[in-house]
Amino acid sequence: MLFRPNPSSGVPIYLQLMEQVKHSIETGALRPGEQLPGIRPLAEELVINPNTVAKAYRELEHEGVIELRHGAGAFVAGNAGAKKLTEKFRAGQAIVAAAVERLRARGVTDEEIRRLFEAELAGLAKAPKTGGHGA
Amino acid sequence: MRDALVVEAVDLRKNYDGVEAVRGLNLEVPAGSIFGFLGRNGAGKTTTIKVMLGMARPTGGRVHVFGLPADSPDASVDIRRRSGFVSEDKDLYDYMDVDEMIRLTSAFYPRWRADLAQRYLRVFELPSNRKVKALSRGMRTKLALLLALCRGAELLILDEPTSGLDPAVTEEVLQALVTHVASEEMTVFFSSHQIAEVDQIADRIAIIDRGRTVVTGPLDDLRENFQRIQLVFNGDAPEPAFRSPGIVRVRRQGRVLTMLSNAGAESILEEARAFNPVSIDVVPVTLKEIFLETVAGAED
Repeated sequence: MLFRPNPSSGVPIYLQLMEQVKHSIETGALRPGEQLPGIRPLAEELVINPNTVAKAYRELEHEGVIELRHGAGAFVAGNAGAKKLTEKFRAGQAIVAAAVERLRARGVTDEEIRRLFEAELAGLAKAPKTGGHGA
Repeated sequence: MRDALVVEAVDLRKNYDGVEAVRGLNLEVPAGSIFGFLGRNGAGKTTTIKVMLGMARPTGGRVHVFGLPADSPDASVDIRRRSGFVSEDKDLYDYMDVDEMIRLTSAFYPRWRADLAQRYLRVFELPSNRKVKALSRGMRTKLALLLALCRGAELLILDEPTSGLDPAVTEEVLQALVTHVASEEMTVFFSSHQIAEVDQIADRIAIIDRGRTVVTGPLDDLRENFQRIQLVFNGDAPEPAFRSPGIVRVRRQGRVLTMLSNAGAESILEEARAFNPVSIDVVPVTLKEIFLETVAGAED
């Protein structure tokens, strides 16, 4: 398992860690019921604040992605939470693959595709078109 | 006074011979946090630490450590007994060897942790029999840190702990702090002008500039609240007339309007849409940018 938050990216480290745990579940690197590293060892390994790891785990538990068992540690949720993540990811992957294929067919380069995705996520997701009947 | 605060400074002021080193500084350091105290050289970091430890008397305002007034001589003895302090100069006796330095220090502290001393001696690879004066800068720092960590202190105060250290030793020092906080009940307060290390291990920060607190709070909140918003227009960007709170800075260059917000992007984006920009970008702002935007420029 490879968690590698970047402390100087400007994105809260606990959010990065949450994303990376979710991604590990989505890709199957972490399976339902499997144990995550303890707060202390993970903080030591990544050399980040233990409170930050604890916060990420608390939020993930709140979202139903992991379970915190007293004294035993953190585990990937065995229930729908984790499975839904994987399914959602697989379905999304198919849509993205199709879109990327069409863009490439039109001669759009990978770099341009990446920028298109980033612009879409950064701008429009936070600023949904008013009127709602747009393209 | 909330007892969950290990350090609290309210409107702290300190003059030295008519020079205002600290002029209205506020701090709230909760128990269990790793608190990064950021500022340029000469911003007032060391002066603030000296006042916290009773080594300098405030000219105005007040500082409480463990709920005790730092300017009272009696309380100050108690504060120093319960704190570990590593000064920027790493005060050590050059004529002693590492073992002697450890034995001498342990004698002063009834809660001395011999088990931890053994562990850090090993982890830090400190040569027991070498004279302090023959230690490298990195080893001096690690020895000073060992002496502070092992006295069973509730509060560790570090003044520029990693200044002059190479990246490998810096990482060792940071790791020791993280490990220590994870396993012992303790609060770390460290001053620094190294933004990267504050980014890495602090959960709360204060940025001070010319003796005043300019930004403070949980680092995650600051990272979420500070956002850069870039709008691109078909023609010239409109004169900015935004009413949203939190706009720290606006730059208008041709078709591009860039805004720095310290209160998130939501309300600004809402206003921005009325001007029909052709593209909107929201970019996270790094701690380094926050620092550079909030402290006075290097030229003055």
